[in-house]
Amino acid sequence: MSTTSSAVPPSTGEGDILEELKAELAQELEDERPPHAGPLAQVGAGVATLALGVAGVVLSLGYGLGSLTQPGPGLWPFAVSVAVTAMSLAQLVFGRSAEDTEQFTRSSALTALGVASLVALAMLLPVVGFEVPSLVLMAVWLRFLGGESWRMTAIVSVATVASMYGLFVLALSIPLPRLI
Amino acid sequence: MDFTPLLHGFGIVLQPTNLLYCLIGVVIGMLIGVLPGLGPAATIAILLPITYGIEPVSAIIMLAGIFYGAQYGGTITSVLLRLPGEASSVVTVFDGFAMAKQGRAGAALGIAAIGSFIGGTVSIIGLSVLAPIVAGYALDFGPPEYAALGLLGVLLVSTVGNGGKLKAIIAAAVGLLIATVGRDTFTGAERFTFGNLNLADGIDFVPIAMGLFGLGEILYNLEENHKKVHAPAKVTKVWPTRQDLNQSKGAITRGSGIGFALGILPGGGAVLSSLVAYAVEKRRAPRPERFGRGAIEGVAAPETANNAAATSSFIPLLTLGIPANATMALMFGALLIQGVQPGPQLVDQHPDIFWGVINSMYIGNILLLIMSIPLVGVFVRILRVRPAILAPITALITMLGVYTVNNSVFDVYLVIVFGVLGYLMKKFGFDPGPMVLAFVLGTLIESSARQSLLIFGGNPTGFLTRPISGTIFAAIVVVAVFPLLRRAVRLRRGDAAPVVTDAGPAGTQQSSQVTREHQSTEAK
Repeated sequence: MSTTSSAVPPSTGEGDILEELKAELAQELEDERPPHAGPLAQVGAGVATLALGVAGVVLSLGYGLGSLTQPGPGLWPFAVSVAVTAMSLAQLVFGRSAEDTEQFTRSSALTALGVASLVALAMLLPVVGFEVPSLVLMAVWLRFLGGESWRMTAIVSVATVASMYGLFVLALSIPLPRLI
Repeated sequence: MDFTPLLHGFGIVLQPTNLLYCLIGVVIGMLIGVLPGLGPAATIAILLPITYGIEPVSAIIMLAGIFYGAQYGGTITSVLLRLPGEASSVVTVFDGFAMAKQGRAGAALGIAAIGSFIGGTVSIIGLSVLAPIVAGYALDFGPPEYAALGLLGVLLVSTVGNGGKLKAIIAAAVGLLIATVGRDTFTGAERFTFGNLNLADGIDFVPIAMGLFGLGEILYNLEENHKKVHAPAKVTKVWPTRQDLNQSKGAITRGSGIGFALGILPGGGAVLSSLVAYAVEKRRAPRPERFGRGAIEGVAAPETANNAAATSSFIPLLTLGIPANATMALMFGALLIQGVQPGPQLVDQHPDIFWGVINSMYIGNILLLIMSIPLVGVFVRILRVRPAILAPITALITMLGVYTVNNSVFDVYLVIVFGVLGYLMKKFGFDPGPMVLAFVLGTLIESSARQSLLIFGGNPTGFLTRPISGTIFAAIVVVAVFPLLRRAVRLRRGDAAPVVTDAGPAGTQQSSQVTREHQSTEAK
């Protein structure tokens, strides 16, 4: 979150170096990033937050705005939702050419698989305890997302789950749902 | 000014068990902070659950350790891997990584630890003196002042950074909206709960923080393909030579002052201070061409400054209850969980807790210095472990950790939802920082605003006629209008210099966005 040199008026020489530094930094960070996703992604982001804003407006109207002397439960969410809506419209109008988005690539599928395995853990946790789902999660991430060997997968999965058992169950006596 | 509680506080902090908690905090903070892609905010988020079961004083001391450890973890990756943990250690990369390539990584890390310690300590002393004074002024703040301050805090954090200001404000507004989920405290009406009992008490801070910062980062880093993977440099001799120390003396002294002064500014204090400190050293240097090629002052200055700034950014938090940045928002949440309500009343009504928090910072800082030097070898070994192995371990710690906070499976789902949201935000150029900050301040802003309206008998102009809240609202207008004015001036000048943003190594980064927005407005 850097600011401009106008926030603190440095002497001229320093200002120049600051500007140079910032340009250099921007370049540095630019080099590290994947290609940006173009105007469609910007519009998509704007539409998503716009939908959220509009939904917020509609729902808060339903909760009742009350009056300024007696603010109702919907007044504040309504005000905030209006702000979200207005800003999203501004984003749709002015933000289309920005380059701060990133393309989804084939490796984004890895993230999707990762999320699916997390959801599976959450679903199975109360049913069969944490040990087996944790082992499965570790195996999926190590073998399929990380491309580790089966041997490495087995060692790391078992060691990690055993340490979690030691930490949460034995050391901290937290009532995690468990088999053993 | 009565310093008795301060001395009494040291007695508590120096108990062996508390020292041990602090030590554990520093080590775990460094361990998680050193994982590439996890900055201090993510580290503190992931470790929130372990501070849960401990009694408040020890938990706060442990948090201070985690805070400093996490900051230093980011420094280690900046020097060894060219991967800054957060925006404020980006400048460290210039000379730190150059030193590592010359085989002087040890000296760079050593001077960073010494500088961080000195900068942090100077800043804590300044904090001890200044905080009670500021809090004294803020004691007669009423609801209108708090509503105004909270809004100003949210706005500053969203707009002080450059780049996608619109998106940052949208993220903040959505954060405010998420804070309204649950039962309305004034009327008891349920809002945005859709009949779900789990949502009736509102959404807990922990799953939001752990999801947006922790899990979001982990999911984002699964797409490793665009990252250049570097093997960490060998680290030998982690103690700077006499010549190194002599060269860095001035940089550390000046960096401490710059960091302390700029860290008080809400928003970009730490980042700005690291840039300014580096620029000052470069300008003073007899041979400025050494910078960027492994000048030790180029590591000492920003590392001292960013730690001093990270510490002095506690001033607005402890005296006004306004977190200045994402990391502070997390510390705020963590303190709330411990039953500590940061704000002007804290030093007045609970001096023991207030000084306990400050004293724990001294201890955390000292332990950081003691632990960082011998442990560097261990961290280098951790860095040699493939990210593919570290990622699932961190993910599992997050998932099980969030369950242990309330023993709730619903929280586990929440953390996944916010993790996915954090990932998508990064992909679409939204900074999650303002969202978490706004979420933390949302309840305060809403209840203060509503109480104010009741005080004013429904007349909103009351905000403007009270001297302090009027001044703060004037500042809000300035903060909101200033970027537009700047843009107009730039357009007139046709200046299109790219600017740095609050971007982590792979963070949302909108360097040339402002410029592009100019062009698009110009085209209209």
